[in-house]
This record gives sequence, C-alpha cells and structure tokens, in this order.
Amino acid sequence: MSFKTKCLAAVAGLALMCGAVQAQTLRYANQGELKSLDPYTVNETTTHAHLGHPYEGLIRRGKNLEILPGLAEKWEVSADGLTWRFFLRKGVKFHGGEDFTADDVVFSADRSRAPGSNVQTRVPTGAKVVKIDDYTVDFQLPSPNPILHYQWDTWYIMSKKWAEANNSTQPTPANATTPTFASLNANGTGAFKVESHQPGVKTVYKVNENWWNKNPEHNLKEIIFTPIASDATRVAALLSGEVDVIEPVPIQDIQRVNASGNAQVLTGPELRTIFLGMDQARDELLESSVKGKNPFKDVRVRQAFYQAIDIETIKSRVMRGLSTPSPLMIAPELFPSTGFTRAKFDSAAAKKLLADAGYPDGFELGMDCPNDRYVNDGAICQAVVGMLARIGVKVNLNAQPKGQYFGKVLKPGGYKTSFYLLGWTPGTSDAHNVLFDIMGCRDNPASSRGESNVGGYCNKKLDALTDKILVEVDKAKRDAMIREAFQLSIDDFAYIPLHQQALAWGVSKKVKLPQRADNAVNFQYAIKE
Amino acid sequence: MLAFILRRLFQSLIVMLSVALIAFAMFRFVGDPVNQIVSIDTPQAQVAEIRRSLGLDDPFLVQFARYIYNAARLEFGVSYQFRLPVISLLGERAPATLELAFCSALFSLAVGIPMGVYTALRRESPLAKLFQAISLVGISLPTFLIGILLIYLFSVTLGWLPSFGRGEVVKIGSWWTTGFLTGSGLKALILPSITLGLFQMTLIMRLVRAEMLEVLRADYIKFARARGLKTRAIHFGHALKNTLVPVITIAGLQLGSIIAFAIITETVFQWPGMGQLFLRSVQNVDIPIMAAYLMLISFLFVSINLAVDLLYALVDPRLRATVGA
Repeated sequence: MSFKTKCLAAVAGLALMCGAVQAQTLRYANQGELKSLDPYTVNETTTHAHLGHPYEGLIRRGKNLEILPGLAEKWEVSADGLTWRFFLRKGVKFHGGEDFTADDVVFSADRSRAPGSNVQTRVPTGAKVVKIDDYTVDFQLPSPNPILHYQWDTWYIMSKKWAEANNSTQPTPANATTPTFASLNANGTGAFKVESHQPGVKTVYKVNENWWNKNPEHNLKEIIFTPIASDATRVAALLSGEVDVIEPVPIQDIQRVNASGNAQVLTGPELRTIFLGMDQARDELLESSVKGKNPFKDVRVRQAFYQAIDIETIKSRVMRGLSTPSPLMIAPELFPSTGFTRAKFDSAAAKKLLADAGYPDGFELGMDCPNDRYVNDGAICQAVVGMLARIGVKVNLNAQPKGQYFGKVLKPGGYKTSFYLLGWTPGTSDAHNVLFDIMGCRDNPASSRGESNVGGYCNKKLDALTDKILVEVDKAKRDAMIREAFQLSIDDFAYIPLHQQALAWGVSKKVKLPQRADNAVNFQYAIKE
Repeated sequence: MLAFILRRLFQSLIVMLSVALIAFAMFRFVGDPVNQIVSIDTPQAQVAEIRRSLGLDDPFLVQFARYIYNAARLEFGVSYQFRLPVISLLGERAPATLELAFCSALFSLAVGIPMGVYTALRRESPLAKLFQAISLVGISLPTFLIGILLIYLFSVTLGWLPSFGRGEVVKIGSWWTTGFLTGSGLKALILPSITLGLFQMTLIMRLVRAEMLEVLRADYIKFARARGLKTRAIHFGHALKNTLVPVITIAGLQLGSIIAFAIITETVFQWPGMGQLFLRSVQNVDIPIMAAYLMLISFLFVSINLAVDLLYALVDPRLRATVGA
C-alpha cells in the first residue's frame, strides 16, 4: 500500500467515523398535536409513537412490527397458559436516575387499569401481577391468552418512585380539575428524554446518554417536534427544508414533493382497513324508501352492494393508486389474506341480485360518512354513491366532520345509521379484536362484544369460534379457526371491506427512516446526514 | 354620568350572557366530545362513565347554569384534549396572538395611511392606480390564500422567511413570551403580520383616501390655499390631521377584530396563538376551550365598545348633555 493510498484510507476512515458520531438535530411536524405526556391518557397511534421516545414497554416492536425484547429480556408461559413470567432487564435506569425494577412493572399495571386510564385493556382486568423478585414478574391470568403481550410495546412502564414523589400515581381522569405532573413531564427509560414540552406548540427531545441499549441505530442528539395542522403549510415547511419529516403528506401533494428534489414521500400500506357497513339489526331502516322491512336483512342485497363497488376505480381515481384493495376485514400484515379474494365487481350481477331480492328498481337509503378522518374518506363515499346509482340504488350521502359522525353512528349515539364507512385497526394487532369488536353479536348488553359492530351483524357460529380463538394457544389451530370465522363473515357478506389506505410520510433526502405499517413515526432508527 | 356607565355595564353583561348562551346552544351540534377523549375501542361502559363524570348527561340548562356559575368565579374548567386548565392554555397562547395583532395593526397603519394620502393627492398617477389595484386584492382575496401565496413565494421559492411557527421566543416575567428579541422571532412575524394586516391596511387606505378627498374639498382648505400656505402644510398640517379622527376610531375598533379573526392566519402559519387553539378545539370538540375563547372575545369587543362609548361621552359635550338629561 503506497503512502498516498494509506493517507486516503485514513482520511476515509476518519470521515466515516465523523459521519457516525456526528449527532444531528431532527425536526418533525405532524398534523396532530401531542396532547399529553401521560402514557395512559390517550390511546392513539400518534401519541403512542411520540411517547415511544421517552418511554418503553416490556416488549418492543421492530422495523417490521416483529416482537422484540424490550424492558423484559425474555419471558416464558406456563404449560396451562395461565402464568406468564417476565424476566426484566437489569441495570436499566429511568431518566430521573431511579432504578428500573419489578415494582415499577406492578405499579404500571395497576396505574394502567385505574379509572381515567385509556389503556385499560393492555393488562387484562382479571390478571394478577405478582413480583417474584426485583427482576422477575408473574402475570397470573384467569384464562389463557396467547396474545397477552401483543400490545405491550405501547404499555409504557413508569417509575413508581417518581410517580409517588410527584403525586401522579393515578392517570389524569377526563373530569380532572387540576392537571397531574405526569401529563406535562415524562420519566421513562427510553432513548430520548423530554427536554421541554408545550402542549400543542412544541416538544423537544434530547438523546438519553445513559440508555441501556449501547448500540443505538440513530445518530440524533435532538428531536424538535411541532404540530402543523394545515396541509399546505406542512408540505411547504418540508419543501423549504425547515422540517425534515412530516406526516402525513396529502395524496394530492405526493408528486410535487417527489419532484422537488430535496424530499421524498415514503408510502406503504397501513394496518387500518376501510370498509362499508350495513344496518342488519333494525326491522326497518332509519333512512330508506323501503318501509316495513329492512332490505339489508337479505344477504342478496348485501352481495349486490358488494358487487356493485368497483374497487379498482376507487383505487386509481380516488386514492391515486395509494390503496391496497382488501378481501378481509384485517390487513395482510396482521393476518395473511392468501386464499381469500374479493367478490367480483359486476354491476349486471348486482342488479340481478337486487331484482331477485324484490327490488328490481332499486331503492333509496341514507349513508353516513366522515369527511376528515381517513384518507379521502368523503371522496370514497361519493364514488360509492355513484356506483350504487348504476344498479338503481339512490344513496343520500351525509358526509360530516368526525366529531359529528362518530357521535351519530357509534354506540352512544344509538348506532343511528343505515349505511356507513368506517376504518378499523385492531388495537391488539390480532384478528380476535376484529371478530369480537366489529363482527360479534351485540345482543348481550352486559358484554362488550360487538360494541363497534355498528351494523349489528350477528352470527352465533362466528361468536362461538371467536371465544375459542381467544383461548387457543396452538398457533396453527388458532389460525385455522380465524380463517373459518372470516369465511363465515364473507359468506354472509357481513361487511364490504374496501382497502388498506396508504401511509405517506414526507422525508427529507438527508434522512433515512424505516416506515412501519402501524404509522408510528419513531426516530430510534433515523439516520440524518 | 354614573347612571350612564352603570346602564352600559349592565348592557355589556347582557351581551356576554347572550353570547355564552348562543355558544352553548351551538356546542350541541359540533359533535360528541367524549368520542374525542377515548379511542374507538374503549369499552362503552367506560365511555358512559366519562360522559357522566363530565356532566354531559345533565339537561342543557343545568350545564349552562353550572358553566356561568364557574365562569363568574373565573373558573373555565379543564380542556378535554389536553387535560390542562383552560386559563393557563389561553394565557400561554395570548402573547403570541397579541404580538401578532400588534404587528399587523402597526403594519396596516404604517402602510395604509401613506398609501391613502398618496392616492388621494395624486389620483391620476400610475402608482396610485397600482395602490388601488393592490387594495382590491387585499379586500377580495381570502386570508388563507394570501398566506399560502406568501409562504410559497418567500419560504419555499426564495427561502427567506420561515413558513410556520414563532421562531425562538424569549420568556419575560412568569408567563409572557416574546418573539421581538430574537432574529428568528422577528423574521417569523413578517409573513403572518402582512397576511393578517392586509385587509385592515386596505380598509385604512381606502378610508384615508375617501376622507382626504372629502376634506380637500372643504372651505377651510380652499381658504388656506387662498392665504398662500405651502401645499405641504395644507396637506399634512390641515387635511391629514382632520382626516385622522375617524381613522383612529376605526383602527381602534379593528384591533378587536384583528385579535378575534387571527384564527385563519394563525392556522395557516401554525402560529401558536389563541385562534389556532380555538380552531383545533372546534375540530376536537373541546367545549371548555371553545366556550372560554368565545367569552374572551365577546369580553374584548364589549370592553372596547364600552371604552369608546365612554370616551365619546367624555369628548363630545353634546352627548354629555343628552346623557345627563
């Protein structure tokens, strides 16, 4: 090796080292604000993603949503499936300097199930959390639960000592008159500390030098977060280089961002499934020209509606290619859709089905739709109205802001809708949640089964399967039962699944960031030049 | 005089109560606040419990009476979305709004008055015609469009000015934050102030122009000319001075509306002020913030009007006579 090449190599090596150690500030803007730092007050993806910087759970989810050890190094399940033992990571410290021990896990389990918490389902109500020693915790369950830890990446562990010292042992209830310390301050074990937080204005995170993970995959020293609600301003801030990452990018701006040269849009399928639901519970539809009976009680009408919808047109025209038509009510990332196909789009067949059901000239009905909740939700509904008009069904669309929409169609509003559009991401990342919450019969008022089943679809066979799925620990058997249950709902045309909408993150060319399908923007893996 | 003031105060109180009542009646149409607090898979029993604990199940009049009772003790409750006292949220945001309002009022006066004078004096010059055209734009283009155009020109294309936010702010005292003391803070003020002030500027320019033309036709101006006074002295010493009385009245009243209507500008520029907080609260059905903000704005208008009325009574002897009678 000549002297020259040696020099070059040395310089290159130095440059590489510098590149690796040079810590950067990353600026991030999201449509929504970070409302509270209390990890148990708001159960929503954006908030959980934010709090994933200062806080950590017993498990983590990796770049592809795979389950990884977090604050627990490993865990084992007893043969009867009733006891889960978690072995905690040793030598972990909270930002405030407190040691992380089993006491904190027990405390966090209680706090997350206390009144005022919005993450009460993370740890089942009947579960007993027992400290075995400082670094071992048992979860004793009333019935087996194979997916106990699925949501624990967002069940953040708080410090018992810190909460007690700051009078924050209870989550801030909705009717509180004074804010708790924990809603304005955070003390976790995570990769970043909260340096300052002004709700709805600005939040600054600083890197945690004492993080237990000595090989962080990011090169940041600081994250500055600002909410920017206006779409145009958010895109402008990215294009002018004032922020490095924005979420979301409006579909109509994607091309412009990509063409700008200094930023690009990362797109990918999201876990949320957008679908149409039909009121099958009432004896007469609330808003319809058909009196004395409910046309949706006839499976042929439901099939006709399904087959009247041209999903490819919705994809290409309304979603500009950024959607994945779905045969199932769950995203393929959460449950494989292989073997399932959508019922074919066929207006003629749909018209014939309607005629067979006794509606040769169609009928008239009302439809409810949000217009500020999902990507292009109002436009999807308008397209559906047009498609149904082709088979003679006249739809009176009521597109409304989410505040009004959810107030009307969900349980507190009395499910007041005949035909509606909704999006659903199973909070547990598991099919059981879909089968239980949106496909379960809602005939038992004491049970929470089917609470979000707005259309009131009911099939007792499906319910029986759902109950078995909950406690089945053998994965192959469980998956087979889930397939069977989904097939039942498909045969019944219980719902009309439309698509998984696409994620759209605007990212500066200087930043490398993996995109996770659950839409959690986490900078643990972000590299900025 | 005292009776007049008392009567005015009483009327102001009635106005504020009616604003509160109308606002409260409208809240029933913005949607269900509890759905914004919980997530879609929260058990319904818990949802019902939250609704009950917030007193949302009570009859309308009970809720209204409770609100007025608390508001009278200056307790405006806790924001549903932030779980923080509304007073402190609004207090935190007030400096941003007030500084923005101050700057845009300054801008509209400092630019509007000279433009108005110029267009009145040199009616036929091309520059005056250009000013007239600009004022047409200011009157007819909606604020958000002007804001976005400015952002695209000065932030995205030229890269001179920030597109959002307040820049670095400095804390003064216990709660006031100011952007006047840092470079980035001053830079951040430019675009929003112009956006917000453009309409007022147009208004003032047109007002000054019309008043000026009127005054220039008056006898005392003709007399001044006949006396051989310098044109400059006539225009600025006599004409402008007499023009300014109605301008000051209008500008004072407009200050209230600048603060109240900063909502759109603040949203476009993500300006962390009260208006932006209000708009987000409407989207999130955050009733305590909406109610407090509307009360605050009505208080602002009521007190400005009250002050103006009292000043008139003080300044104008004729009014004082009728009031006394």
